[in-house]
Amino acid sequence: MGVDLLRSDNGQRLLAEAARIGRDVVAPHAAAVDTESRFPHESFAALREAGLLGALVPVEYGGGGCTYAEVAAICTELGKHCGSTSMIFAMHQIQVACIVQHGPGYAHFEQFLREIASHGRLIASATTEGGVGGDVRTSICAVETTGDQFTLEKLGTVISYGLAVDDILVTARRSPDAPPSDQVILHIQKPNYDLEPVGGWDAFGMRGTCSDSFRLTARGGVDQVVAEPYAVLSERTMLPVTHIFWSSTWLGIATDAVERARASIRAAARRAPGTLPPRARDLARVQAELDVMRSSVHAAIAEYDDARGNMEATSTMGFAIRMNDLKLSCSVAVADIVAAAMRVAGLVAYRNDTPYSLGRHLRDAHSAALMVHNERLIEHNANLLCLAKEV
Amino acid sequence: MTDRVQLIRQIVAEHGKLTADLSTLDDTTSLYSVGLTSHASVNLMLALEDEFDVEFPERLLKRSTFESVLNLREALESLLGTE
Repeated sequence: MGVDLLRSDNGQRLLAEAARIGRDVVAPHAAAVDTESRFPHESFAALREAGLLGALVPVEYGGGGCTYAEVAAICTELGKHCGSTSMIFAMHQIQVACIVQHGPGYAHFEQFLREIASHGRLIASATTEGGVGGDVRTSICAVETTGDQFTLEKLGTVISYGLAVDDILVTARRSPDAPPSDQVILHIQKPNYDLEPVGGWDAFGMRGTCSDSFRLTARGGVDQVVAEPYAVLSERTMLPVTHIFWSSTWLGIATDAVERARASIRAAARRAPGTLPPRARDLARVQAELDVMRSSVHAAIAEYDDARGNMEATSTMGFAIRMNDLKLSCSVAVADIVAAAMRVAGLVAYRNDTPYSLGRHLRDAHSAALMVHNERLIEHNANLLCLAKEV
Repeated sequence: MTDRVQLIRQIVAEHGKLTADLSTLDDTTSLYSVGLTSHASVNLMLALEDEFDVEFPERLLKRSTFESVLNLREALESLLGTE
């Protein structure tokens, strides 16, 4: 693993920008975004203005040229201030990663990369579909091609922050006669698509992600379909990057929860110097859990940065299992850590009106095991482990 | 050679859960284009390991190995030698 894979010239500057925006813009609006279950538009205006939406786009297309490690660190930074803002940022960067790794060489996608960088275009994703039981590797809808144009209709698809974007990446069967597992991913762009709302988003946590359901109809040119099969794009990019950026978001939530618990213990220690505050030992325990979670995220990023230029390395079963394991372990860790931090700080964390409040953190954290349900990943890994030789 | 290909085809037909009749496809047809899933490919490889009494090493447990009957034949040849 070379140092150049983990650090770029712009990366440290953009990470500092993210910290500033997190503190000055994201944090002050986090409570309202949560209470009103609304898109964090102030935060995304600031992130766009600072060039952070194009952070992952290579410099040759006018982007920030950040590494995966740096974008992951930005997800964590934002996650300290607002889980929803960080998760939307993470989901956007996952879409950008797919274009960065599978778009070059194709005029439509090279132009799209330039526009992500120059205009800070925010990208949503429509991979779920009513009737497939949550299995994103199966599609019912199909791309229907006439000449060099296509049409598409997708029913009951959840599109987080779908009403806040002009660009969506959608999965579908390659053609009307393709089997459900033979999928492609395509880019649709306003004004050439319509979203008809069919379900809202009044959820326990992650309320600002506005994960509404829609009936989607789209049209466009066949050059908007990514050439590589979705199965390949998923294995090499979508799946590992999703688990890395999601886990980085959860790491931010857990980090702030422990920071708040630590602040409460520091206050108690100052009130009675010479006496260890009653729950300081519990703080030490949860700090250790946080350290392990951080290490597992960093190890996965290092492995991915090492492997991503190498088809052989990303297509092994061991790699797929380890990337699933990252999601499985971090999604459980974030909920455990926030709950433990709440017990350390006590009622000041349980209340919604103190600087130590952890209610929003706890609610956001509980989404982690459910967004792509952990049981689905366990079943997938269990299946692979019947055959895999080196894990 | 023919016997081994026939046996591979029989196992693919039994475990691949394909959406097309394998007997109408040639050895180079992409099995993914006729509905082979990740889950079915694991069962297919397990059945091949049992039938041919081999273990596919990690380097062969990847998408391209399951891509076609031809690729499966070549993977087995790399372990068993040619007939």
